Amino acid sequence: MGIIRTEDLTYVYGEGTPFRKVAVDGVNIDIDEGEIVGIIGHTGSGKSTLIQHFNGLLKPTSGKVFIDGEELFADKSRLKEIRFKVGLVFQYPEYQLFEETVYKDIAFGPKNMGLSDDEVDRRIKETARLVGLKPELLDKSPFELSGGQKRRAAIAGVMAMEPKVLILDEPTAGLDPHGRDRILGLIKEYHAEKGTTVLLVSHSMEDVAKTVSKILVMNDAKVFMYSDRSSVFARSEELSAMGLTVPQVTKVFDRLRAMGIEFQDEVFSIDYAKGLVLRLLEEKRKNLD
Amino acid sequence: MIKDITIGQFFPGQSVIHRLDPRMKLLITVLYIVMLFIAKGFSGLGAGVIFMLIGFLLSGIPIKMMLKSVKPILPIIIFTGILNLFFITSGNIIFEWKFIKITDNGLRTMAFMAIRIILLIFGTSLLTYTTSPITLTDAIERVLSPLKIIKFPAHEIAMMMTIALRFIPTLIEETDKIMSAQKARGADLESGNLIRRAKALIPILIPLFVSAFRRAEDLALAMECRCYRGGEGRTRLKQLKTAPRDYFALALTVIFIAAIILLNRYSPI
Repeated sequence: MGIIRTEDLTYVYGEGTPFRKVAVDGVNIDIDEGEIVGIIGHTGSGKSTLIQHFNGLLKPTSGKVFIDGEELFADKSRLKEIRFKVGLVFQYPEYQLFEETVYKDIAFGPKNMGLSDDEVDRRIKETARLVGLKPELLDKSPFELSGGQKRRAAIAGVMAMEPKVLILDEPTAGLDPHGRDRILGLIKEYHAEKGTTVLLVSHSMEDVAKTVSKILVMNDAKVFMYSDRSSVFARSEELSAMGLTVPQVTKVFDRLRAMGIEFQDEVFSIDYAKGLVLRLLEEKRKNLD
Repeated sequence: MIKDITIGQFFPGQSVIHRLDPRMKLLITVLYIVMLFIAKGFSGLGAGVIFMLIGFLLSGIPIKMMLKSVKPILPIIIFTGILNLFFITSGNIIFEWKFIKITDNGLRTMAFMAIRIILLIFGTSLLTYTTSPITLTDAIERVLSPLKIIKFPAHEIAMMMTIALRFIPTLIEETDKIMSAQKARGADLESGNLIRRAKALIPILIPLFVSAFRRAEDLALAMECRCYRGGEGRTRLKQLKTAPRDYFALALTVIFIAAIILLNRYSPI
């Protein structure tokens, strides 16, 4: 059994009012420990609502959620404990910063866990290094940082709790390409170093394709499919029908294959594409020789 | 959840009541309140009930919503009821026990007051259920605009109300998000004594204020970019127009007031 499992999870907003809306509809998923998963779907497809069930911020209208084998809401007093297991970074997390210094802000989560000061200190220093915040920034007010730094400080605040599952909701929203690559890079690094389960919610296929190994596609409050990258992108036509696009570079190489160029690789990033093109050219030259 | 709070409690619809000119609705509501206060007996109040029922039936608002609006003031109704019941000592004594005296006058006043308060709430709720808050502020601005002669800032007040109304849902959503984010970081908002709970609000209030200030600044800039210079010489996208039905509604209201005055005179029970 995986670390996150749901059984017929359904959530309805505004039950009994004219504004009733089914946000999550009969979702059954099972995510294995150590996996890095992308959750993708266009705006309003229920991604954000779904992930808020994973640490008990929302209570399912019907159905069940199991974290690490334990059912959520079975025992309310365990909820706080489970929240420490599942770290949730919200959209625009920089708007949650409130302390006088970055150091204190990152300490907020670990302190709520009741850790010793030494342990809190160790975690802050480690996560600050992981997210690339220089030690001198830790004594500054979070409101003095740049946009990208604020975002990384806020992510560090959740990472410092060392959750078994880290969920990030649109962590790159509103950042420039450089900031976006930096955040995605640090998420990959974090996953590689800690080996914990990571869920990355996004509506950008490009972002997801670069970072994750498996993809969960949400459409109209339902799970459309949950599979590895290549089998998801193989259904590009269905994806574009629901307003999602396969990364441009993948499209280009699909087309090349259709035109008769032979290669086995699945291409998801520009870097990989570059390597592949160079390799194919090399092979061609050898064949010519 | 915090999102479930309804502010302005507008209930969208297409009924005649919904389509009445908001200025007229405002005026009629004021006249309706006057009607309730000049009614001296149950017969007059009965006319008020009929008037309210006409509006209610035409509006298509579910009865559940109307009853919900009375719920918050139920304690007030009960409290005034008890006061009237025990402290009015005139009239025939119905029940007496030690120092407690209940008279027929007391019972009458209790019932009268309770009905009057409920009618007041129903009537005003009907106004807010059938008029969107933005339309309502627009109407308030128009009704208050004659006061501009004595330098009363009618436009500015209406604009402030509009902005406040516009941002209430936004800020509620924002609060909800920040609360979720801090809860995800293990903030405990529900337990502990008063001081601990107040302290637990800091991680929510600071980001909320920061964001409110940021939004205010952005909004002020955006308004200036679009050359907003106050109400002077401003025209409107949606002109309020009165239709025959508005005058019909007004006439009906006046007839009811006249009826109540007559009832007060000839059947003052």
